[in-house]
Amino acid sequence: MLEIKNITKIYDNTVLALNNVSFTVPRGQFLAVVGLSGSGKSTLLRCINRLIEPTSGQIILEGIDVTAAQPDELRRIRRRIGMIFQHFNLVLRSPVINNVLAGRLGYTNPAWSLLNRFSKGDMEMALKQLDRVGIKDKAHVRADELSGGQQQRVGIARALMQEPSIMLADEPVASLDPVLAHSIMQYLEQLRDEGITVICSLHFLDLVQRYADRAIALKDGNLVFDGSPSEIDDKRFKEIYGEEAQRIG
Amino acid sequence: MKKSSPSFIRILGRIALVVAIIIIYAFGLQVTKVDLEKPQEAKRQEQLTNILRGLAHPDLVEYEIDRVIIDTPILVPCDGPAPPVAPAEPGPVISLSTNCAAPGEKIIVSGSGFEAGEDVYIYFVPFAQNADSEIELKLANSAVEVGDGGSFAKEVTLKRDRISEQVQTVRAVVNRQLGSPAPSTGLKETWNKIVETVFLAFIATTLGVIFAVPVSFLAARNLMLEVTSNFTRFMASLAVMPVGAWLGYSIFKGLADYGAQFVGAKPAGEAFLWALLPLVGLASVQVTAQTGNAALKAVRRWLVSGLVVAVAVIGFSMLGQLGRVAGLEWKQTLGDWSFFGNLVLIFSDVIVLGLPALGAFIGLFMLNPVINRILEPLLPKLSPAVGKVLAVGFAVLAGAVLFGVVAAALNWFYEFGNLSDVVAVPAVIGAVAFAGLAVAFDPHRPIPTGMFVYYVIRTIMNTFRSIEPLVMVVAFAVWVGIGPFAGVMALGLHTIVALGKLYSEQVENIAAGPIEAVTATGANRLQTIVYAVIPQIVPPYIAFTLYRWDINVRMSTIIGFGGGGGIGFLLSQNINLLKYRQASVNMIAIAIVVASLDYLSAKVREKIT
Ligand SMILES: Nc1ncnc2c1ncn2[C@@H]1O[C@H](COP(=O)(O)OP(=O)(O)O)[C@@H](O)[C@H]1O
Ligand SMILES: [Mg+2]
Repeated sequence: MLEIKNITKIYDNTVLALNNVSFTVPRGQFLAVVGLSGSGKSTLLRCINRLIEPTSGQIILEGIDVTAAQPDELRRIRRRIGMIFQHFNLVLRSPVINNVLAGRLGYTNPAWSLLNRFSKGDMEMALKQLDRVGIKDKAHVRADELSGGQQQRVGIARALMQEPSIMLADEPVASLDPVLAHSIMQYLEQLRDEGITVICSLHFLDLVQRYADRAIALKDGNLVFDGSPSEIDDKRFKEIYGEEAQRIG
Repeated sequence: MKKSSPSFIRILGRIALVVAIIIIYAFGLQVTKVDLEKPQEAKRQEQLTNILRGLAHPDLVEYEIDRVIIDTPILVPCDGPAPPVAPAEPGPVISLSTNCAAPGEKIIVSGSGFEAGEDVYIYFVPFAQNADSEIELKLANSAVEVGDGGSFAKEVTLKRDRISEQVQTVRAVVNRQLGSPAPSTGLKETWNKIVETVFLAFIATTLGVIFAVPVSFLAARNLMLEVTSNFTRFMASLAVMPVGAWLGYSIFKGLADYGAQFVGAKPAGEAFLWALLPLVGLASVQVTAQTGNAALKAVRRWLVSGLVVAVAVIGFSMLGQLGRVAGLEWKQTLGDWSFFGNLVLIFSDVIVLGLPALGAFIGLFMLNPVINRILEPLLPKLSPAVGKVLAVGFAVLAGAVLFGVVAAALNWFYEFGNLSDVVAVPAVIGAVAFAGLAVAFDPHRPIPTGMFVYYVIRTIMNTFRSIEPLVMVVAFAVWVGIGPFAGVMALGLHTIVALGKLYSEQVENIAAGPIEAVTATGANRLQTIVYAVIPQIVPPYIAFTLYRWDINVRMSTIIGFGGGGGIGFLLSQNINLLKYRQASVNMIAIAIVVASLDYLSAKVREKIT
């Protein structure tokens, strides 16, 4: 279970990106985060694994206070939180397999990993994850030779190397061809079915309604909706996205 | 019409501007002593001609010279019968209009059987008791050129003061080139110096790169921005780092000296036994502390690692000392392979000099994480009062240490007086000042330590970067003597700061996404750098290294003008000695080396990008 308690984030003492946001995610739920650009979705997701330091509030993951963790403990917590990104965030010049193995760094002996040595078990696991996302044959090509959809699969494989109990996904399909979106979303759905909590920010409401168990909405850093995706009717939609917004999905 | 006054002011302004420009140029031409009369003076033009002709005739090859001498007898003054002339042999011969003449008389020297176009020098050889004391006096100021038929005739005036009752000699000399051309001495010298130059650039670049890479990480804003601390921890670090450096230095120096005494000084067997001592300690710790609680185990771990380090330092110190002895020996005895002895000597010196420095370095950075590791979890748990006391305590220490160190450094430069007297007052002032800071600031106030380091390193780099290597080398030449080593040091130092800056800009340009992603997996900082930063910077680093190598080759060709060895040193000497033909060879060599390495590195750069 993940508890977000009164999280506030103020950038540079001026920009209020999250304003006292609280919610709880039970284990194995697919939670969609929606909202306009700049509403604070990315900030929220990054506060959960403290890529961004929240200004105040608490994050409790399975009873452990993430916000109070010291660096060593924080790294141990992060191992259990997978993350995929809108722009995939691969090391483009490195081979795919190295990108995937990077997901294992939290578990490996730092000295060995600095020499680019991974255990046989880790290597096998990396190939297995690549197989799972259907690009095992690409293991030794450079990441920049892959298409966007393939790169995002590498991103998923990297996150899976962490054996996560939570998967954070920050607009995972926003820079992909819409027809590729579903294949990526289906991998996330599978993870949810395996008991991994998925927290995914999304732009398109049709994806939310098709994949998410629950949706929360942010507007200017405030939590303005928390409920089932099907509850987002036209009135709610206008509340979240503003009066001028047109529903397209 | 009413508007005339603003435009009048504008015209006045323009006139003032023109006048100002004229004054600036007039002054500039005055101070730079531009003088178009000078280059036209006959003397200057002759000098220019000399230089240009010299440069146009590079001293590349030389021949073995055969000095062909043709003598004919003459009696001066003509107090007796003319001396008999030997019968003509095959080859060049000369004859005189008279073989018996008065001092100062004009005679005609004619020759035949010479080669057309060659230069003949005509001398008068006064009578000498033996051949060794023979001297040649020029009869004609310049060489006589042999005509098409192989003959010449030249009127010369006999010396007035060279009179003798004995038969004297008129001599014709031609210098004939023998055999095939061989490289001249100047060319050989040039070759040696060019090799020196290229290696000078090579070693300086290598050294520069080795140091510039770590420096570039410390000078990259995007990496350093995230390194933060809080007030108490920052004060603790400030207090602890100089102490750590001093401790590390002292411990390593002590251990190294302990190891060094065995080499040469004591019999090998005894030395071996003494050297075993720390190993025995290590083993005994291992044996005695097999069990125990966590604390005991931690203590044992520390002891063991400490002893391992101690054994390593002692071992390396002995190795270094042995290497020095061996290196010196081999340098003398290995003949052609003596450069290998030199390598051993240099490496050994690096070990011997480097051990205490390494100790200082480890101490500088070891104690800091240790104290942070203790304080980081501890601080949030402390009550505000205790936290404040701790902050003030560390601040007092930090202020005292910081001001003390600065005072000691200033004392070294300006020699104020006795070290302990000079340091005491600033240390107290520092302690009080920092205690004030600690009272004023919240102990948890975040401190951007990373940016602090960033600005310090940037400032140092910008300062040194603005000093040209050609200027730096003057200082190094004073320190280590004129020669390529001074050049290596100057170029190396400049390479560190220049490349450090270029590299760090590359780090700042990398994509942040992969760093974020790798951090999110739970990787530590070093792993993040290795997996997310380094793969991104390798290509630009190689490109900039090659670019710097280019610059270093160019610089190394002139660093000799400042005392840095290499071809530049030879060139400056040749110019000063007016040996323009040799200087010409040097310049040609420089042009070839620079152009070909330019081409080479362009090719390599094409390959990697
Ligand atoms: N590093 C930052 N510094 C300052 N302001 C930021 C930073 N990152 C995001 N913001 C601001 O915080 C708000 C929320 O941004 P973000 O979390 O990226 O929203 P979303 O992901 O929903 O588009 C925006 O107003 C944005 O401008
Ligand atoms: Mg975003």
